[in-house]
Amino acid sequence: MEDMKEIIKNYVIKEYVEDDTVIGFDTPLISGGIVDSFSMVSLKRFLENKYNISIPDDKATPEAFDSVNKIVKLVNEFIK
Amino acid sequence: MADKGSKIEIKAFLLHLPLLFYNILIQSTMSHIGSYDSRVKDFDWSVSEKELDYKQGDIINIGWYCTDRICQMGKADKTALIWEGMSGEEKRYTYNDIRVASNTIGQFLRDIGIKPEDRVCLFMDKIPELYLGFLGILKIGAIAQPLFSAFGDESLFIRLENAQTRAIITQKKHAPKVRKIIDKMPFVEFIIIVDHDSCKPLGEKELSFELEKSPKIDKFEIYPTKAESPSVLHYTSGTTGQPKGVKHVHYSLISQYLTAKWVLDLQDDDIYWCTADPGWVTGTSYGIIGAFSNGVTQCVLDAGFSAEAWYRFIEKHRVSMWYSAPTAIRSLMKAGDEIIKKFELSCLRHLASVGEPLNSEAVIWSEKVFGKAFLDTYWQTETGSIMITNFPGMKIKPGSMGKPFPGIIATVVDPEKYEPFTETGKIGLIAIKPGWPAMMRTYWNNEETYQKKLKNGWYLPGDRSSIDSEGYFWFVGRDDDVINTGGHLVSPFEVESALLEHPSIAESAVVSKPDFVNMEVVKAFVTLKPGFNADKDLELDIMNFVRKKLSSLAMPQEIEFADSLPKTRSGKIMRRILKAKEWGEEIGDTSTLEND
Repeated sequence: MEDMKEIIKNYVIKEYVEDDTVIGFDTPLISGGIVDSFSMVSLKRFLENKYNISIPDDKATPEAFDSVNKIVKLVNEFIK
Repeated sequence: MADKGSKIEIKAFLLHLPLLFYNILIQSTMSHIGSYDSRVKDFDWSVSEKELDYKQGDIINIGWYCTDRICQMGKADKTALIWEGMSGEEKRYTYNDIRVASNTIGQFLRDIGIKPEDRVCLFMDKIPELYLGFLGILKIGAIAQPLFSAFGDESLFIRLENAQTRAIITQKKHAPKVRKIIDKMPFVEFIIIVDHDSCKPLGEKELSFELEKSPKIDKFEIYPTKAESPSVLHYTSGTTGQPKGVKHVHYSLISQYLTAKWVLDLQDDDIYWCTADPGWVTGTSYGIIGAFSNGVTQCVLDAGFSAEAWYRFIEKHRVSMWYSAPTAIRSLMKAGDEIIKKFELSCLRHLASVGEPLNSEAVIWSEKVFGKAFLDTYWQTETGSIMITNFPGMKIKPGSMGKPFPGIIATVVDPEKYEPFTETGKIGLIAIKPGWPAMMRTYWNNEETYQKKLKNGWYLPGDRSSIDSEGYFWFVGRDDDVINTGGHLVSPFEVESALLEHPSIAESAVVSKPDFVNMEVVKAFVTLKPGFNADKDLELDIMNFVRKKLSSLAMPQEIEFADSLPKTRSGKIMRRILKAKEWGEEIGDTSTLEND
């Protein structure tokens, strides 16, 4: 679980943060303007590739993607 | 014969009728426009000029009209702007505050040597400095060039180079994108950072400017711009070539003020929320100019989208006029009706929408859940103000664009001869008679392309539509390959060019693909160079490559790897065939196809 949190957090920092903004596990990503709704598609694709899962579109909501902790919870729902 | 489901729908609709007619009656008697037919008769833009105390040949400066004039009208202490940030922090500004703040920014720019007609780029999130900086730039006669803060370095560079921008006002979070390209931009002399961390050194050409710590400038000599003085440079995408800089002038105020008053029906006690980002034209024409020149209180939410956050914002600030976009409305529909019950939204008085056609389902849904229908408004970056629209009090035909604004002569023309159709219901090109105050004056350094938009005495926005027997316009689609995603235009050419810069890609073709929320999204077809394997990781790598280079809007939401792309015998990729497949349409004539 900790690994997954770190992996997702590091991916978000690498791909979506331009400056030295500090990202924590509960930092609002979507409502905080770090990841916009169009970019969510690439974040979803990363999670699906990395964890070999398929997240249905109706589960990939701005609320479900709004922090690393929420994303981890979502991913765990689909890992078999 | 109607089935049981449709009988229930008809019954629900009939039960709903009294409310619908009540709304129409109330809106037509209380709204600024009153009777549409009476307004159309003998309309002249001098109506707006008189209300703004403007006479031909006078000085006209949008920055002054939006701040100083409102103060002189006795509203200096009225709240002009309520701003809420990502973590819920709030700032409030009176009309006197925005007058002084825009003076202060204007003075700073003048002191560093910014001259009238210099291009000053605003590259920021929706923070107060964006709104106040826009007005400050106009007050010194310089040209405001707002650019969407999600643009990647390549998108930014193309637009700055075209405009030969002299200064960029930005935030520390966006400065790295500017730094990446600064060596290629000798014309940029100043990078002004509004929230610079004083513990860190400034880079080359960088200046720190903190509005709240700067000496307030109460008395300021506003540059005496005239009607045709340039004001704003917005960039928009076309099918081919690079993005075009749409040049607007200060006289645009005449259209923007009146359309904001008659269509958005801004009333003195309204709390107005325009959800658009000023990186795009709606965010300036109606998120700054229309709102402030009418002296209303407007609020801004600088946070990412979530249905709960938006409803909470409306409830908290008692928003009464809400101007949003179909993509946002469909996202709210997707979030469901239950969530709405958690909020007290009776403050909403009038709703309107812009950016892409508003589907009838969204109109009916908003009437059901808010008791008010979103009224569709049609216009574009080049028109500068609303052209064809639904008005308060007018009979609404869900899914229709409505009727032309008074003073706007709009029709549908034959795509070959550019002559208006005489029969109703025929699909052709939307055409508007040039000459309204907010019409673009040219494309920056690209008069040739501007002239191509004018045919047989008409301005052609590039959209197809029909007109029904009652004069309502019905949108059909774009007349070119430009992709309208979430209300923003994306050039397939720009995305294809970016794709070709990825080391794995040999050929690319980009088309739109239908999408429930965004109407259209970007889809790319690519062929790979030898040695690269088509797999999920490569697809993600390409998506992120385009996102960082151009913007998240331009990022293909889907990439299809192909062995070859359909081409004409002369080698031109036929996007038309790929698009038809995506939309389930007839492929049409394939006689010129290379290997059919």
